[in-house]
Order: sequence, then C-alpha cells, then structure tokens
Amino acid sequence: MTTETANAPDAAAYTGSELLAVMSARLLADGQTVFAGVGIPLLAAILAQRTRAPGLTILFEGGVIGPFVEPGKLPPSTNEQRCARRANMLVSITDVLLMLQRGYVDVGFMGGAQIDRYGNLNSSFIGDAERPKIRLPGTGGGNDIASLAEMIVAMKHEKRRFVEKVDFITSPGFLDGGTSRRDAGLPAGGMFRVVTDLGILGFDAETRAMTVLALHPGVSAETIKAKTGFPLPVPADVPVTMPPTDHELGILRELDPERLYTA
Amino acid sequence: MDSTGERRGGVTPYLELRAATRDRDRSLRDKVMSLEEAAKLVSDGEHVSLGGCTASRTPFAMIWALIRRGVKDLAVSRSIISTEGDLLFASGASRHIMTSWFSQGIVWGVSKVMRAHTESGRARFEEWSHMAMGLRYKAGAMGVPFMPMRSMLGSGVLDRAEGARTMECPFTGETLLLVPALNPDVALIHVQRCDAYGNAQLDGLTFMDVDMAMAAKRVILTTERIVSNEQIRRAPDQTKIGFFTVDAVVEVPFGSAPHECYGIYEPFYGHMDLYAAMTAKDPDAGAKAYLERFYHEPKNWAAYLERIGMAELLDARRRGSSIYDD
Repeated sequence: MTTETANAPDAAAYTGSELLAVMSARLLADGQTVFAGVGIPLLAAILAQRTRAPGLTILFEGGVIGPFVEPGKLPPSTNEQRCARRANMLVSITDVLLMLQRGYVDVGFMGGAQIDRYGNLNSSFIGDAERPKIRLPGTGGGNDIASLAEMIVAMKHEKRRFVEKVDFITSPGFLDGGTSRRDAGLPAGGMFRVVTDLGILGFDAETRAMTVLALHPGVSAETIKAKTGFPLPVPADVPVTMPPTDHELGILRELDPERLYTA
Repeated sequence: MDSTGERRGGVTPYLELRAATRDRDRSLRDKVMSLEEAAKLVSDGEHVSLGGCTASRTPFAMIWALIRRGVKDLAVSRSIISTEGDLLFASGASRHIMTSWFSQGIVWGVSKVMRAHTESGRARFEEWSHMAMGLRYKAGAMGVPFMPMRSMLGSGVLDRAEGARTMECPFTGETLLLVPALNPDVALIHVQRCDAYGNAQLDGLTFMDVDMAMAAKRVILTTERIVSNEQIRRAPDQTKIGFFTVDAVVEVPFGSAPHECYGIYEPFYGHMDLYAAMTAKDPDAGAKAYLERFYHEPKNWAAYLERIGMAELLDARRRGSSIYDD
C-alpha cells in the first residue's frame, strides 16, 4: 500500500484491489453492454450490476451473454461454467468476439501488466520478444477487445508498469498517438479510462496522450507523477474521488469472500 | 517450409484437403475404441488441436495417453492453453504451441513451466489473438484459405504472427487483416455424451469445438458416456459435432480431470493448486516429478483418478452438478 493511501482516513478499510474494483465499477452505466475479463474487471462489473447499473449486460469471452455470477463462486477464468450461470445465451467464443466487431459492445474492460503514454498494453513479453526476460501469458481476448471497443483498464499504478513505451504492443491503445490508431486500420474503439490505485486517467482528444482526470483521496499530483514513467499532466484543479463506501466494499467481500482477486 | 508453403501461410491446398476428406471412411459405423488404440491414430510431428478452453473440457485423457505413448514434436493449437500446455512441453510431446493465452489460470499466476521452456528458447509459444484463433478454425471449417477481420492490426501480435496479411478491402478501401485457415491433422475433443458413431451433444459452452471438428482432417472424441444412437435421434438439435467428422470414440469418465466438464464436474482446484506448488520452485524438476507420479506410474485412467484422490473427485462432481440447482 502506498504512503498516500496509508495517510488517507479510510486507508485501512480497503485494499488497493478493492479500490480499483470500486472506482472501475462507478464508470459503468446502466443499460450498457460490457465485455469483461476475469479478475478485477469481472468483480467490478458484478459490483456495478448490484449497485448503479442493474441493467448492465456482461459478456464473457468464453461465449456468455448476460450472466448473474453467484457470490462466493467467482470463476477462475471466463471459460468455466460459473461464468454461464443464469445467462441469457451461450454462444461460441468466435461468435461472442464477433459481437465486438459487429459493434454490440459499449465497453471493454480488462486489467493490464504494462501500459504506455498512449494506452498501449503489454501482456506478452518483458524485455525483447526474441529473448524475453519474462514470457507473459499473452493476449487472450485482450487484443480483440482493445481493437474493437471503448476500453476501461484497471491496474496497479507503479513506475515499472507505466512506461514511456511498452516492450511489446499486445493490445492496442492509440499506438503512436494522434491518428495512428485509425491509420493502422482500427477506426472504432480506443482507450477511454485507466483506473489505478492512485487516480483515474483519460486521454487527450488530439494527441491521445494520457492525462489525469481525478486523484483518489490523499494522493498528491507529485506522487502520481513520480510513479509514472512518462510526463503526466495533472490539472491544477484536479478533482478528488469519493472513497469506497461500506456498501460497495460489503458487496465486493460478499462476492469474493476468499479474496481471490481482492487480497 | 518451402517457398510455396511460405506463400500459403501453412494453409492446406484446397484439393488436398478435399482428397483427405474423400478418402476417409465417413460412414455411420461403430468407432468405439480404447484410449491406447486412439492414441495410435496420432503421429509424431502432426498438428493436433485441442477442444475446450482454459480449464474447461480439456481432452486430458487423450493428452495423457499420448504423453504416455511418448509422442514427439506435435504442433499444438488451442483457443487458450492451460495446464496441459505445460505438460506437453515438459514431456517433449510438443515444442510448438499456437494459442492466444498460455498459463494454468490467472489465479495461479504466470506458468513457471511455460516460462522456463519459452524463455530458454527450448519451445515456442506462437501468439495469436483469441478471435484470430477462432477465425482460423472457422476458415478451416469453411474450406476457404483465410478469414478477414478487424483486430490485431497495429499490434506486436500481428508483427510476430506467421502468415497473417493485411489487405485493402476491394469494396470499401479499408485495411483488413487476413488470417490463414487452420486445418489440424487431428482434433482432440472431450464431450459430455456421444453415440458409438461420434454424434456428439455438448452442454454449455462450446468454445471453438464445432468449427474445429469441421476444420480437422481427423477427430478423436473422448466422452463422459456413450449413449445410444436412438437417444441422439430423439434430440438431433442438440448434436453439435456430426458423426461424419469423427474417426474415433473413446468413453472416458472424468476425461477432463483435473479440469471441468460443464454440468458434470468443476475443476479439481486442490489438484491444480498442487500442480502449481510442485512446479513453482524448480519448474523442470517439478513437471518431471508430476509427470512421473500422475502420467507414467498409474497403470490406467482409473488409477490416475485414484492418485488425484476420491475426495477431490467427489468435491469437483458436487460443484459441477450444482449448476442445475436453481
């Protein structure tokens, strides 16, 4: 836990992962269709469904449309039967991914290992791809989701994760900024928000570079800049987010009693 | 690969594909055999695709039999590869896996065995996007050499994807990605039930299996149980994989253990924890010890399940059937 959150009044009351889940859930709106990855995105989507967005439709890449996941039975991936509970419809993996391409998905929502100034995500290689220091598990549906939907990414804010240029573009953000994403053949979707344990970030409409939209309680502009590996503009009058409520935390802990994803 | 093969992106020529299909015995005949007999239908160096996804309907019994037989140098493809990817590498059964994601599961972190094999260059993890894998099987199932799609563009995944090409759409002028067809030599698919002819009915998530069965040059089904052809004919709308694509049927209860089979058993979480713990410190030695204890020592599939343990099996079975509770 960071010094800043440790100084915040409610710091002891929640973990960094819980903060991520709550802040991400608040970005989802009722009536939306969200394509969620496993972990924090899944948890946040269910939390949104149980609070501000009861009409939220969740899609899982295993081929699930509109399930209600049972508290205490979180799936280990988006491909097990737990994901399919009380769904409206089950389709093949290819067909659910094609819903992204066809334009039926409002928000793509996933975690990230490494991100850069233009929102490009790396979950494939740390170091050179030919002789990587670490081989990571790869894209899964991440590349497809990031290529075809408006994206929310939830991740821990650390300097080694927020880098000037990712080692490898697994899932495209705005590539080199400006119009480069569109020019590469990706006219739809793109990075919308990055939610971290320090704040909420967005992207400049022209340059497509990352900017700070809000800071979490007790986090200073200096801290978020110091924990980011590229110049990060913070407006002077940057708003401060509302800390997680007991109600939100209560739901999260009911969903994940064993702290699989929120430890 | 020769220059023609290079240009083809590994795509099987159309008439060759049709000839292979024409020459198969596609009649409505009894195809039931033992695991060991079915394992002999796979040869070293072939392209083997695996049905299911992550920890679901993994054709583990067939993989188990192939590893025990000592099969070598398979090219393996799957939507997402989990524990079995580690074991295929560690046993030497494969040194090349095509998939979109490779690790036992997010809960267990990044696979140490996958890391050890790929980072040292001993084996290759060829990464494609999830939709690309799906559309590659789809193209294979459709008998066309490629499918167009709109993701992977602009990414490092595309830079490293062998055989993918961009093109300007002749109708709109847009940039599209073309991904080459996959026609696996053999597809291994585990199902809840099928008849002796190979008419398979799938419950729940079908993943990429239906396209994979149509794309493959041969299909080996393992099934939780064999049902009568009369039972299949009572609900033909439930038949997802047709007998005409299937070459072998093997009845193997708990044939996906320690992964799940929708509606029957959930993953054997305790055993998956055990595997992760065994391979955490020294992945090579850990995987070797795991293969010895669970793959080579048990004398048959029942003995393998006994090693995993009755308590684990009953717990997975109880959780699995609970999906029908409400």
